[in-house]
Amino acid sequence: MDLIKQLINGIQVGSIYALVALGYTMVYGIVKLINFAHGDFIMVGGYVALTVIPVLVSAGLSPWLCIIVAILFCALLGMATERVAYKPLRGAPKISVLITAIGVSLFLQNLFMLIFSPNPKPFPNFLDYPPLALGENFQISFVTLLTILLSLIIMVGLQFFIQKTKMGKSMRAVSEDPGAAQLMGINVNRTISVTFAIGSGLAAVASVLYCSAYPLVEPTMGSVLGLRAFIAAVFGGIGMIPGAMVGGLLMGVVESLTKAYISSQMSDAVVYGILILVLLVKPTGLFGKNVREKV
Amino acid sequence: MKKFFAMAVAAAMLLSALTGCSSEPSQNSSSGEQSSSAQGIEGAVKIGMLAPLTGDVAVYGTAVRNGAMLAFEEINAQGGLQFDVEVLDEKGDVNEAINAYNKLLSNEIAALLGDVTSKPSIAVAELAAEDNMPMITATGTAADITTKGDNIFRTCFMDPTQGKVMATFAKDSLQAQKVAIMYNTSDDYSVGVATAFKEAAEAAGMQVEAYEGYGDSDKDFKAQLTTIAGKDVDALFVPDYYNKVALIIAQAREVGYDKAILGADGFDGVVGAVAEDNTAILNNVYFSNHYSTSDESETVQNFLSNYQAKYNETPNSFAALAYDTAYILKAAFEKAGSTDADAVIAALAATDYEGVTGHITFDENGDSVKDISVIEIKDGQYTLHSKVTM
Repeated sequence: MDLIKQLINGIQVGSIYALVALGYTMVYGIVKLINFAHGDFIMVGGYVALTVIPVLVSAGLSPWLCIIVAILFCALLGMATERVAYKPLRGAPKISVLITAIGVSLFLQNLFMLIFSPNPKPFPNFLDYPPLALGENFQISFVTLLTILLSLIIMVGLQFFIQKTKMGKSMRAVSEDPGAAQLMGINVNRTISVTFAIGSGLAAVASVLYCSAYPLVEPTMGSVLGLRAFIAAVFGGIGMIPGAMVGGLLMGVVESLTKAYISSQMSDAVVYGILILVLLVKPTGLFGKNVREKV
Repeated sequence: MKKFFAMAVAAAMLLSALTGCSSEPSQNSSSGEQSSSAQGIEGAVKIGMLAPLTGDVAVYGTAVRNGAMLAFEEINAQGGLQFDVEVLDEKGDVNEAINAYNKLLSNEIAALLGDVTSKPSIAVAELAAEDNMPMITATGTAADITTKGDNIFRTCFMDPTQGKVMATFAKDSLQAQKVAIMYNTSDDYSVGVATAFKEAAEAAGMQVEAYEGYGDSDKDFKAQLTTIAGKDVDALFVPDYYNKVALIIAQAREVGYDKAILGADGFDGVVGAVAEDNTAILNNVYFSNHYSTSDESETVQNFLSNYQAKYNETPNSFAALAYDTAYILKAAFEKAGSTDADAVIAALAATDYEGVTGHITFDENGDSVKDISVIEIKDGQYTLHSKVTM
C-alpha cells in the first residue's frame, strides 16, 4: 500500500517535470537552443495566477480561469522573448544564444523581485476539493489527481497535435531541416513562434499545478524546477517529445522511491547517480537517436 | 675580518630588530588602554549590524533591524551614551556576510550586533574571533557560534536547548510514545536542533520511528511524509525556517498526517507564509520560542506598544531579542567606560539584564541562561502554551 502511495507521489512530481521538460525539448528540437529562461516562465505563470485569482474571485468568476490567463500570458511572453532575444541571433554561434537565454532568465528573476519583492508569497488554496478516498488510510488529494490527469490529457493532445495537424507537421519539418522546410513553403518564423507559445503555455499549466501543490511563489522558484526538468529532458533524449514525458515521469518516480526506500538524506546523489549511469550507456538519452553530426 | 665584522653587525641588527618587535607592541597596547579608559568614551559609539534584509530569511533580518533600531533610538533619546549604528544587508548568504563584516571592520566599528541566522553567524564569528571584535548575536542559535572565541555572545538560547525542550514537551505534555524527525541536511540550525531532539527523545524513552532528511532546494516532501504518516507516530519534529515549514505542514496534512507537528523558533512567521483561507492546517502545531506577546509584564507590554507605534506591526521574537541585545550592548559600554575591545568583552561577560525575553546572564561560553516559551498555534494565532526554565 505504501509503495502505491509513493508511486503516486512520484507520478505527481514527475508529471510536473514532464510538462516543463516538454517546453525545453520542443524548443531544442526546433531551434537547437536550450532555453534556460523556460524555468522562469513557470515563475511568471505562478505570479500571474497569484495576481489574477483575487481579481477573478471579486469579479464573481471561477478562480479556475487563472489557468487560462496564465497560459495566455506565458504564451505571449514566450513568443515575445523569442522575437526580441533569440530571433536576432538566429545565425549567431550557439553559445551566444545560450548566454542570451541565461540573460533573459536573470532579467525575469530580477524584474519579478523588483515588482513583487524577493519574499515568498503564499499561493491561495483554490483547488480545495475533498480528496478521493480509495479505502481506509488511502486517499489521493485533489491536486495530485488533477496534476496527473491534466498532464496525461495534455501529453496525449500534444502528441496528436504534433503527429496529425498541419502545424505539427511543419514543426517536425522545421526541426528536421529548416532550410528545406522553407523551400517547401513552410513559414519557419511562424512555426518557431507557435513552438515557443505552446512550450510556454505548458509551463504555465505546470506552474499553476506546482503552486497549488507547493503553495509558495517566489522569484527564484523556476531555477531549481527548471534545472530538474531540463535534466529530465536530457534523460529522455532532448528534442524527443515522448522522451521528455517518459524522462520526467521516471525522474519523479525514481526521486520519490529513493527518498522513501533508499535514503532521504542522499536522494539527490542517488537520483543523479542513476541518471549519469543511464547517460553513460546511452549518451543521447532513453529515446535519443544516434544522429551523426554533419560536417 | 671584514666579513666577520659584517656578520656581527648583521646579527646585532637582527637581534635589536627582534627585541624591538617583541617589546614595542606591549608597551603600545598598555599605554593605549590607559589613555582610553582615562578619557572615557568621546562621541558616539559605532555599532555595526549584519542582517538579511532581502532574500529567503528577510523576515528575520528586518525584524532584528527594527527591534535594534527601536532600542538605539530610545537610548539616544535619553541622552547619555550615544550610538551610531550602521546596518548592512547580507541577504542570508555566507559570502555576502563576510564581505559586509569586512566593510564594517574598515569603518571601525566598536562592536558587532549580528549576524541573524546560524550559517552566516558561524562564518562571521570565525573572523570576529581573529580580530577580537566584541560580537553579540541576537538570534544565531547554532552551538558553534560562541565556541569560536571568548569575544562572542548570544542573547537567544541554542539549538540543542530547543531540541531538548521540545523532546521534554512531547513526552510530558503530548504523552508521545513514537516520534518522527525531518530535517534540512544542508542547514546547521536544522541539523543541530534535530540531533539534540533525537538524543533527548531517546533518553526520555520515546521511539524515534523516522529520521528523514531533505535538501535545501526541495519543495516536495511527500515521499518522506508518506513514510512518516504510515508509521503512526504521535508527533513530528521539523526544525526549519517558516517558508520550508509552511510547505512541509501543507503536504503533511495532504498525505493525511493530522497529529502534532513540533518545531523550534524558526516557526515564528509561519502563519504569514500560509494563505489566509488555509490556516486550519496550522492547528496542532507547537514550537519553542523566546517570548510571548501575551506576557503581562511591564517591560514586554512597553516594548509591544512602542514597536507597534513605530512599525505598525506586532514584533516577533527576533525583534524582541534584537531589542534586548541593543540594551545589553549599551549596558556593557557604560560599564566598560571605553570602546576598548577587551574592556567591552569583560563587561559583556558580566551582563545581568532583565529584558523583554526574560532575565539574561551569560555562562562561560558566552551563551545566555534564560527561560523558554512553548507557543501553540490556534486558528492562525500564536498563543503561549507554557514556560520552561532550563
